[in-house]
Amino acid sequence: MHIPDGYLSPLTCIALYGASTPAWYVSLRRVKRLFNTRLVPLLSVFSALSFVIMMFNVPLPGGTTGHAVGVGIATIVLGPSASILAISAAILIQAVFFGDGGITTFGANSFNMAIAGSLVAYLVYRAIAGRQALTSSRRVLAAAVAGYLAINASALCAAVELGIQPLFFKNAAGAPLYAPYPLNIAVPAMMIGHLTFAGFAELAVSGGVVAYLQRANPTLLERTAPGVLSGAEDSQSALARGGWKAAQPLWLLTALLLVMTPLGILAAGTAWGEWSARDFSNPEMRQRIAVESANVAPPARAPRGLGRLSSLWTAPFPQYAPPFVRRPAFGYLLSAMFGAGIIILLSLMIGWLAAGNRGRETPG
Amino acid sequence: MSSTPRRKRPRSSVERTIASFLDAMEHAFDAEELARADGLLQRVDPRVKALGILALVVAVATAHKLWIVLALFAVAVVMAVLSQVSLQLLAKRVWIAALLFTGVIALPAPFVTPGQTLARLPLIGWPLTAQGLSAAAFLVLRVEAAATLTVLLVLCTPWNHVLKALRVLRLPAVVVVILGMTCRYIFLLLQTAHDMFESRRSRTVGELEGPDRRRVAAASIGVLMSKSFQLSSGVYMAMQSRGFRGDVYLLEDFQARRLDWIMLAAFFALALAAFWFGR
Repeated sequence: MHIPDGYLSPLTCIALYGASTPAWYVSLRRVKRLFNTRLVPLLSVFSALSFVIMMFNVPLPGGTTGHAVGVGIATIVLGPSASILAISAAILIQAVFFGDGGITTFGANSFNMAIAGSLVAYLVYRAIAGRQALTSSRRVLAAAVAGYLAINASALCAAVELGIQPLFFKNAAGAPLYAPYPLNIAVPAMMIGHLTFAGFAELAVSGGVVAYLQRANPTLLERTAPGVLSGAEDSQSALARGGWKAAQPLWLLTALLLVMTPLGILAAGTAWGEWSARDFSNPEMRQRIAVESANVAPPARAPRGLGRLSSLWTAPFPQYAPPFVRRPAFGYLLSAMFGAGIIILLSLMIGWLAAGNRGRETPG
Repeated sequence: MSSTPRRKRPRSSVERTIASFLDAMEHAFDAEELARADGLLQRVDPRVKALGILALVVAVATAHKLWIVLALFAVAVVMAVLSQVSLQLLAKRVWIAALLFTGVIALPAPFVTPGQTLARLPLIGWPLTAQGLSAAAFLVLRVEAAATLTVLLVLCTPWNHVLKALRVLRLPAVVVVILGMTCRYIFLLLQTAHDMFESRRSRTVGELEGPDRRRVAAASIGVLMSKSFQLSSGVYMAMQSRGFRGDVYLLEDFQARRLDWIMLAAFFALALAAFWFGR
């Protein structure tokens, strides 16, 4: 899944470097605070380890083998920030030294595998493992599912990045300049392989290693298991304890609302005051504006300031309808998921920054 | 003397993993040897090489005309020859692998991309478009050119010089130190993993079943992980006992000479020309 040079346009590469840099910066600051002087030796050894793990041939059912990225276990053992840095370092060395993955696409590869992968793995692992004991079998399941979903999230990001290339980057003759396959080919092509082979390899590695560590060295699993219940159940309510369990109903509600967003398309027409500059020259729209505005006719043409500034910014998904999606309902849903996802990601990053400023959250 | 013919056993995942480890170590040794040879690129300051080759890779990525990408590829080949890098080595390490990987990916493009039909396949009747051929050519050539340039940087420069040179790109010192130490531990861990697999293989009679092999792979990774923690603790204590208190310093010992300035000018002239003619 390492994207080589030449598959992504310079603009895409710059955008993904731009997306990765704040994550690297935040992770570096957080890891410095958590590990302090141990930062250099620990990250060096773990970058080397993730590099070596990427070379393992994991045997899969059916006689084939796959490669795991190791993002699942790196996140579980080191925590998401250190995992982001360690895997990014391994990817850089693979790109520069071994030519696996490109230099211009290093930002993209880091974003897909290190950043998106680590975050998804962390969220899924914490959500499923909850506060189970370190040696509980639910942690093995949590690790396996976290690894599987993380690798598929990375693959989806890569597929979308590759799939939008022919949409935006063509030469004068209409020939794609970079990755030539649109989304409807790129996404299935990438996802089929990762939902099966690569996904199962990651699943086997994540679950297997956590199972091994539970027997051999459970202390390694402590970093991502804060507040683990060691003995009898607490009698406090889930809300008082806080954490993921308390917010679960809210997440479910958010997911339900997300799925229902296409209902919004049923409301026809344009909201008052949300007209575009073109609407002022359209006779049908002008009549509608007048009717909605207590029968006051709109000016003959769009106000000068409105005309000038309305072309200042062209949204990637104008009117919540991504250009590459044909059905408006699906476009609406996609926009909702995208928007919700960005908000969640931003709040998590802000939460980490805040938590980092308050001090460490786990002892030792 | 046994009369049964020797069957060629298919390589198990353990053996293939060992083989990939050995291949990685061999690549590193090749790079070390070549970096000591007396060729053009070896004599150039690493900072100039890093900046120059990066500029050329970006030029490859931004070119909108096919002949520009071809020209940059030719430049890479000429530099390789002048730096005593054998074309056979380049073919083995870069060209064939990239051609197989990207070639397979680019193969359907001429038939899938919409555009002006040039021909049709005889039996199936799939249309071959000019735009599709152009897209496939762009992809394959870009990958080959960029990969050749990148591998040249690494083959002609000692690894720790490559890292120090990245400082000119404002990479934080702590990142450079971490990357440098990482490379050292990669080879240590590769050796450890190789020994673990070899010892497992030499104690295995017959073939292991699938689930057992998965357990072996997972357990090996687990053991490597535990060893990594122990290793990092040991390294940390060694660093502390030699005065390390968390601050990293690098000795900048590069000096630019006349050849370096000429090469820097040449690199940027080439990159600018590629940008200008390729837009």
